[in-house]
Amino acid sequence: MSRNGPAGSGPAPRRPEGSRKPGGAPGGQVRGSMVPEAEFRSYYGRPIIKEPVWTWEVPWYFFAGGLAGASAPLGLAARLSGNDRLARSAWAVSAAGVTVGVPLLASDLGRPERFLNMLRLFKVTSPLSVGSWLLATMGPAAVGGVVSDRFGIFPRLGRTAEVVAGVLGPALATYTGTLVADTAVPVWHEAGRELPFVFAGSAAASAGAAAVLLTPAADAGPARRLAVTGAALELGAAQAMERRLGELGEPYHQGPAGRLARLAKACTAAGAGLVALGGRRRAVAGAGAALVLAGSACERWAVYKAGFQSARDPKYVVGPQRARLQR
Amino acid sequence: MKADLPSPTDRGGRHGPPEPRTFGGGYDGQARPRMGFFTDTSVCIGCKACEVACKEWNLVPQDGPLTLSANSYDNTMALGANTWRHVAFVEQRRGEDGLRWLMSSDVCKHCSSAACLEVCPTGALFRTEFGTVVVQPDVCNGCGYCVPACPFGVIDRREEDGRAFKCTLCYDRLRDGLEPACATACPTDSIQFGELDELRARAERRVATLHDAGVGEARLYLEDEADGIGGAGAFFLLLDEPEVYGLPPDPVSTTRDLPTLWRAAAIAAGTLAAAVAGAFLGGRR
Repeated sequence: MSRNGPAGSGPAPRRPEGSRKPGGAPGGQVRGSMVPEAEFRSYYGRPIIKEPVWTWEVPWYFFAGGLAGASAPLGLAARLSGNDRLARSAWAVSAAGVTVGVPLLASDLGRPERFLNMLRLFKVTSPLSVGSWLLATMGPAAVGGVVSDRFGIFPRLGRTAEVVAGVLGPALATYTGTLVADTAVPVWHEAGRELPFVFAGSAAASAGAAAVLLTPAADAGPARRLAVTGAALELGAAQAMERRLGELGEPYHQGPAGRLARLAKACTAAGAGLVALGGRRRAVAGAGAALVLAGSACERWAVYKAGFQSARDPKYVVGPQRARLQR
Repeated sequence: MKADLPSPTDRGGRHGPPEPRTFGGGYDGQARPRMGFFTDTSVCIGCKACEVACKEWNLVPQDGPLTLSANSYDNTMALGANTWRHVAFVEQRRGEDGLRWLMSSDVCKHCSSAACLEVCPTGALFRTEFGTVVVQPDVCNGCGYCVPACPFGVIDRREEDGRAFKCTLCYDRLRDGLEPACATACPTDSIQFGELDELRARAERRVATLHDAGVGEARLYLEDEADGIGGAGAFFLLLDEPEVYGLPPDPVSTTRDLPTLWRAAAIAAGTLAAAVAGAFLGGRR
């Protein structure tokens, strides 16, 4: 702390009534296990990092991509185990997810007509590049598998496509967690180890739930079990994420992100309970599945909104960096 | 204070013949010495000639309707797609007797480990032969990933245009052997342009001079190659903590942690696959 600043370690002096906040004024505190007590100063309370410029398409893409990505291995496993009825539902959901995902991703671009520039290079340092290639490989494979199955054409090629999509699907579901973690946004970056698990659980839950809705109860046993284990993973990983973030995770308890996070937990827990207890009663399991899908969507929206809230307040940027310097 | 300032004809880049030195390699013998900015905020007078010269030369559009921020003399407030130099005005009470002003011209840091460049999926952002980081507007598709990746909040998307823009360190002028517009316009040599090694040596001398003169709070910011961004191509002499100027005190390039992040994604994908397999263990119906 500078000798000139109003701070020091004690409480900040009150500013005169009506005075504007001068640069270098204490802006707040970040407390908790991760961020020790730290006064911080800011430039008129202005954000240090930029908020993302992404819009509503992005969280819905996370949801659609997760649904498509987790439905693919479900479809593949159902096919391999001889449950063709479940396989058909899961592959339909997977193909629909990628079909919706591509325009969502393209329309969020500032220059949608340059969408194909995403495939100019393959860059491991850019999760968006890796994800574009995953989508460009897995998407046509999932759609091709469904076309082959429905029209009975090129059966061997269709089955090969299902294997390709089924193997790449889980990566399509989890890379989006790394995508947001690979930014300077504190609530995303510091949760980089948990976010892919939150997204994996959320994706598995949604894929199981969607298949429950589209499959006769007698054939939907694995889908029900996937919805329940996925929901458990989603809830557990989100809990672990909030624990690691400590006070940095404040956005998950405040404002829009806080409301969405609470709604996600309630929907996912209630839905998983109904699916688990409802079993073969289609109406009960169906209601549960709808809740699980809603919970999964809310979870992505909560993560998305929390990033904006985290980027907006300089205390989340300065606090941990100051703590690091003083360590 | 004056003795240590270089004369206008004695600026970096004109100190003898440039020594060819590669930065990151791969420039087929075209690599030039790494060029950068040393912004000495102790002599900034807040005239904003740099902001104006930058806008004029680079044809950067207006930021929006003219408004007054009511924050000292700073109505620009932040770097962005349409602001590539930004002069901060900090008013501080000093004891009982007065006020001091800190003025600082901020700019893209042209990091050695540049997160914007690393996360760019199209390759629109690239490292020039001068070691600077530049966006190619004919390649950028406006995905916006660079915007939250930057630890300084420098780069942004121009909404009416859809693409990302930031300081180019006047790439066009450098290729023609000219100094960047902002450094040329700066009347006090607060903005010094030149070879990075030379600027670093000069900055060390300047800090020593200021310390000798009793300005103990003078410190360099981002000159250290061991920091979280591998050192910056544009570094600063500040008179208070970085956050007072709206700068992060210990920035780290987010891609430093990417191996950990990818590992987590891979294990999570494996967990998802195992969950699917497990769902069939209880029976296939």
